[in-house]
Amino acid sequence: MTITDAESPSTDLTAQQVSKVGDKVFSGLARGAGILILVTLGAVAIFLLTEAWPTFTNDLSEISGPDTFIGYVGPLVFGTILAATIALVLATPLAVLVALFITHYAPKKLAQTLGYFVDLLAAIPSVVFGIWGSQTLAPVLAESVYPSLEKYLGFIPLFEGPVLNSGRSMLTAGVVLAVMILPIITAISREVFLQTPRLHEEASLALGATKWEMIRQAVIPYGRSGVISGAMLGLGRALGETMAVAIILSGSIDYFWNIIGNENSNTIAANIALSFPESSGLEVNRLIATGLVLFAITFLVNALARRVANAGFSGADG
Amino acid sequence: MKISAKRFAAATIVASLALAACGGDDDDEPAADEPAADTPAEEPAEEPPAEEPADDMDEPADDMDEPADDMDEPADDMEEPADDMDEPADDMAAIDWTQASGTLIGAGASSQAAGMQGWQAGFQAGAPNATVEYDPIGSGGGRETFLSGGSDFAGSDAFLKDDEFEMSKDRCAGDQGAINLPHYISPIALPYNLPSIDGSTLRLTPELIAGIFANEITNWNDPAIAEVNPDIEFPDLAINPVHRSDDSGTTENFTDYMAQTAPDIWTYGAIEPWDTDGPGGGEGAPQTSGVVAAVAAGEGSIGYADASQIGDLPAAAVGVAGDFVEFSPEAAGRIVDASERLGGRNEYDFAIEVNRNPDSPDTYPIALVSYHIVCLQYEDQETADLVKAFMTYVSSDEGQAAAGATAGSAPISDEVQAEIAVSIAAITAAG
Repeated sequence: MTITDAESPSTDLTAQQVSKVGDKVFSGLARGAGILILVTLGAVAIFLLTEAWPTFTNDLSEISGPDTFIGYVGPLVFGTILAATIALVLATPLAVLVALFITHYAPKKLAQTLGYFVDLLAAIPSVVFGIWGSQTLAPVLAESVYPSLEKYLGFIPLFEGPVLNSGRSMLTAGVVLAVMILPIITAISREVFLQTPRLHEEASLALGATKWEMIRQAVIPYGRSGVISGAMLGLGRALGETMAVAIILSGSIDYFWNIIGNENSNTIAANIALSFPESSGLEVNRLIATGLVLFAITFLVNALARRVANAGFSGADG
Repeated sequence: MKISAKRFAAATIVASLALAACGGDDDDEPAADEPAADTPAEEPAEEPPAEEPADDMDEPADDMDEPADDMDEPADDMEEPADDMDEPADDMAAIDWTQASGTLIGAGASSQAAGMQGWQAGFQAGAPNATVEYDPIGSGGGRETFLSGGSDFAGSDAFLKDDEFEMSKDRCAGDQGAINLPHYISPIALPYNLPSIDGSTLRLTPELIAGIFANEITNWNDPAIAEVNPDIEFPDLAINPVHRSDDSGTTENFTDYMAQTAPDIWTYGAIEPWDTDGPGGGEGAPQTSGVVAAVAAGEGSIGYADASQIGDLPAAAVGVAGDFVEFSPEAAGRIVDASERLGGRNEYDFAIEVNRNPDSPDTYPIALVSYHIVCLQYEDQETADLVKAFMTYVSSDEGQAAAGATAGSAPISDEVQAEIAVSIAAITAAG
């Protein structure tokens, strides 16, 4: 109200008229913002489509790399999904535990501080994560963790080895991505856990449940859909993460299941960042076409997250 | 509440995607610059240039036709005027670059970017009225910008291709087109991480280098390595060859070296993107710093990188003409002397076919040679003077030292400097 007063200094206007102007202005701004998002999205989609188009109409055997676009983008899609999956598998349980600790176990002061620090993790630039990951974390993992993985779990193709001594393998990239998506999943899980109806929790406790049983019976079922949608948002970030992966991953364009060795499937975003500066002509079109594929994957993930979230909430409410 | 928070987050992701995509779009724009509608000047290019000491001009041009042995003489002339810069130059070779004024625009190879910073600082300190701008957009983009008239000179890791040379005849005044000047030599060292042989220098023949990077030699205790390193006891350790994961002129020069010296083993030719065209295997790392860090982090690793950036890592001595040469700026600088000038365009062009098989072991053969591409004739006097002044500075001892200080490049030899001076002196303005 005070804002609209300031905007319309005319003293003749009655209070009713002023509030109508305010409503109009605000709804116009909000609608404009909404439309702007759609326009931006449309502009990106058109850009990707028009720039990617020559990839599908020209002969790719004239430029370096595989002769077909599928041959080029396939390993990249594989690498992108593998890295994001590793990140998700590592980050989700950890994020749920952190969120439960903050909401149900920690004293209030500690919970606030811890929540603050987890949020702070989201503010670190990805290039810093990349340098830390490749220069500090990777050698440590290569020396102390990966050899045991190779020794005891080497029968699984993922840990076949031999271990890359510098540690710049797919698993390291996945671990760093996990750290990067931890804040998103934690923040959303924390919010849903906090909203567990007090009555559900008390009913569970009244039936003689211990704290752990109460969490299992009341909190986790209620928050499950929220955790899943948080994980999907994290997945979206992991899929598109560029700088950190480009710095850490020793990647190339082929399929590799071994996630601790020296050859790894690169990710779409990292490959674009690494190849774009020296590319020209059709090579640029091909890179943008891989971006289009990533765009489609991210779109699917977000749509899926929305569906899961909506279904979950109606179920919890009813 | 929750749903809207999620929507907001989704919108943020979309917005950041949009920003990234728009950035890419912007990058494309400059390439679409309209070619300047240059009409070739009518005057024949042979006409004496509009410079005062026109009489002196003929002499060095005559020298050009004679064998390169005579080249020492003009080199001596060069150094005199460089010493007393304040006196007005009355000798042809003495282009007094300190009097230059105006703004010179260049664009091209990012490999030269660090060296260019040294040149810009040194040139602007000596010639306070002049400014040089350089946009490191990449070699291909630099040549394109130059040929469309968007810049006064190009920096490029490759000399003009034949069709580009034909295009340069339209872009430049006169009918002689553009010339390539090999001003920047960036040595490529082979850093390795083998703590157990500390104190001795690893020697590698071209065949061993190609074998290692083609994944044919996979362990340090391979007898072929021991054969050329009789004094070293090698560990039983897997070799981890590290290559650039981004496209790079360093990769192209290094693979060209292997393709020329060990074509039977390195069968992939001179390639820029290692991942798609190379043998596979090994570890990939982005940028020079990434390769150096990867080698430093992984025992048993060997890589290739800009020699000035390898820090404390030891670098292999490379087999040349039956002996082994360790990297030094002087040894790398001789690569241009050891290479042959490609003739056929015009007498002032200095495009070379880099010779990776020098016949003397005082030349280090793995280096990136980067050019400045300039017109032999410019439309206006001011640009011609400015280009001459800047190129004179860049090829001087002072300029080569400035790039060496900022970029760790190797200096071109006095003989090559003298030959380049002749080419620079031939740059004129139309009319």
